[in-house]
Amino acid sequence: MISPQAGEPVASHSRSILRPALRLVPGAFLGLFFAYPLATIAARGLSASAFDAELGRIALITAGQALASTVLTMAVGLPAAYVLARRRVPARRLIGAALTAPFVLPAVVVGAAYLALLPAQAAETWWAIIAAHATFNVAVVTRTVGALWGRLDPRLGEAARVLGASPARVARELTLPLLAPALAAAGSLVFLFSFTSFGVVQLLGGPTRVTVESEIYRATTQDLALDRASTIALAQLAGMAVVLALASWFARRRGVALRRGAPIERRPISLAAAIALLGPALVFCVLPLAMLAREAGGLGAYSSLTRTEAGFLEAPLASVVRSLEVAAVAGAIALVVGACAAYAVRGGVLETALMLPLGTSAVTVGFGFLIAFDERPIDWRSAWLAVPLAQAVVGIPFVVRSVLPVLRSIDPRLREAAAVLGASPGRVWREIDLPLSRRALAVGLGFAFAVSLGEFGAASFLARPDAPTVPVAIARLLGRPGELAHRQAFALATILAGLVLLVMLALELVRDPEVAEL
Amino acid sequence: MTLELREITVARGGRTILDGVSLTVADGEIVCLTGPSGSGKTTLLRVVCGLTEPDAGTVALDGADLRDVPVHRRGFGLVFQDHALFPHRDVAGNVGFGLRMQGVRGRELAASVADQLALVGLEGAERRDVTTLSGGEQQRVALARALAPRPRLLLLDEPLASLDRELRDRLAIDLRRILREVGIAAIHVTHDLAEATSVGDRVVALAELR
Repeated sequence: MISPQAGEPVASHSRSILRPALRLVPGAFLGLFFAYPLATIAARGLSASAFDAELGRIALITAGQALASTVLTMAVGLPAAYVLARRRVPARRLIGAALTAPFVLPAVVVGAAYLALLPAQAAETWWAIIAAHATFNVAVVTRTVGALWGRLDPRLGEAARVLGASPARVARELTLPLLAPALAAAGSLVFLFSFTSFGVVQLLGGPTRVTVESEIYRATTQDLALDRASTIALAQLAGMAVVLALASWFARRRGVALRRGAPIERRPISLAAAIALLGPALVFCVLPLAMLAREAGGLGAYSSLTRTEAGFLEAPLASVVRSLEVAAVAGAIALVVGACAAYAVRGGVLETALMLPLGTSAVTVGFGFLIAFDERPIDWRSAWLAVPLAQAVVGIPFVVRSVLPVLRSIDPRLREAAAVLGASPGRVWREIDLPLSRRALAVGLGFAFAVSLGEFGAASFLARPDAPTVPVAIARLLGRPGELAHRQAFALATILAGLVLLVMLALELVRDPEVAEL
Repeated sequence: MTLELREITVARGGRTILDGVSLTVADGEIVCLTGPSGSGKTTLLRVVCGLTEPDAGTVALDGADLRDVPVHRRGFGLVFQDHALFPHRDVAGNVGFGLRMQGVRGRELAASVADQLALVGLEGAERRDVTTLSGGEQQRVALARALAPRPRLLLLDEPLASLDRELRDRLAIDLRRILREVGIAAIHVTHDLAEATSVGDRVVALAELR
């Protein structure tokens, strides 16, 4: 387990069987639960020529709403990113946290929040869907673009001003090109998230507003048209790969090596200007959630969660207990597989492969499970373990991304020093790698747990009808007539939001500020 | 104990780092190895302790070829240039590491650690955080850590290079005293000729070892 310093030759006999053995775990797991379902989708999708004009129309609509969501998110997020990165405002961290909160919340919570915020006619429109996507993704813009904006050397702008450029000219010819990589990264991420958005579209779209993701679900569950669903999922994967490739190509092409000095000193800003620039983002991020919590309060919705209504199998609150169990199992699986992967890989092609589940929608994972494991020996359609397994696939990249940078930052000579002092390769791992990455492991586990708690796409395919997770239960209650059912959904969504925010808060306390964030 | 290096050759990326180097270290002898930076001194030490596998040549201890003995079973000590102290362990955790690998525990471990710290002049420093130590103290802890498991041979890779002149001169004298006291054979790598003459029994230039 000896890593060479740059250019240092490594002894071959110091390699051990440990790494190949560790590689086996993520290899086998992702092979069976990620690659195999996707291959099944591909096989079905390619053999059936289910592509028709209707599908083309759905794809266009999906791309259109994703584009509109991206434009709105940018319009709302960029002014806020600017103020937070370059200007001195009171309660900066609190504002930053408020803008980030919706992003870590489950999509069903944001969807339910818009139902709580808007009257029914306004909530079930494309506009509401686009606005909900903006709420969800403002943090992508403020964090990605803000991180770069906060480090742009102000002297560059000053130099341009002295050379005769107006402020508008500086923005156009200097700031914009320098921010381009971050803008492209943020824009493509928002587009991707909006394109693959499932929970929001399911809750706000109703039967008439269909996107690619919800069409996979509809085709599967209503038409039982698995070939058609496979074709859509396949086309969607291909489309996402193209968007990701374009984004990374653009980021590379426009990437300017910036001197990453200390963060700049922030200039003051007038209160009116601060409100004007931060206001929209804050309204988008805070108002829907505040309304959700408010609407959940009425009609004794919380106390009714413990009652089993006539004609139902369980009280709504039972889903909370179930979700916590499922998330614990999914988190544990993701932790073990992700940690093995991180320790075994430490870079290279495999690392890219490990990130693939991140670029695959949970709906595709869930649908893949459904059609791949539909007969003996593995028929997990109705098994309890299917939901946590699928959610672990989604959670693994979070563990890897948390642990890998820490392992990379460990001075390889520490491992060498331990080996020279008599530690066998396994002992080196136990004495050096494990203790130094313990925090990162906890953070990765926390993320995987939180992701599983709010995961809706895979669960809506795989959760048994008599055993819904919280997000599934919320969607069901919202699909039911009657005000109490809706308020119960809002109450459940508020509880879910609270749980996820609690986990995130705990992670914030555990995580090492020195290490790059996810 | 006699260490014998025969015709050690290491080439990487089309560049020959070591070209047929031979060297014999007798029992209890302190050999100072000098040469300009980039001349392969560090690589030679890495070959001896098994961190780097040579392309040709043998490392033998008392006539036995060490080719198939992995790093952790060679029983050599190595002091790294920047010490490479374990940041997640205190002074005692660092110094006692090699002993723990040998299965030493409890009171015996604590006593040995205390002895080692006394040897390098850091009595009572057991519970200190290694990241708060001064450069000279870190160097002493690194030396104590390497000596604690009673290695058969000590390899020192410019252990004083990161220290200022005055401290370096003082520690060079201390280092020789400690090595003599323990009676251990050592290869001390340095690019500083004055340091080499004050520490070593024998000073050899790497360039002359071909």
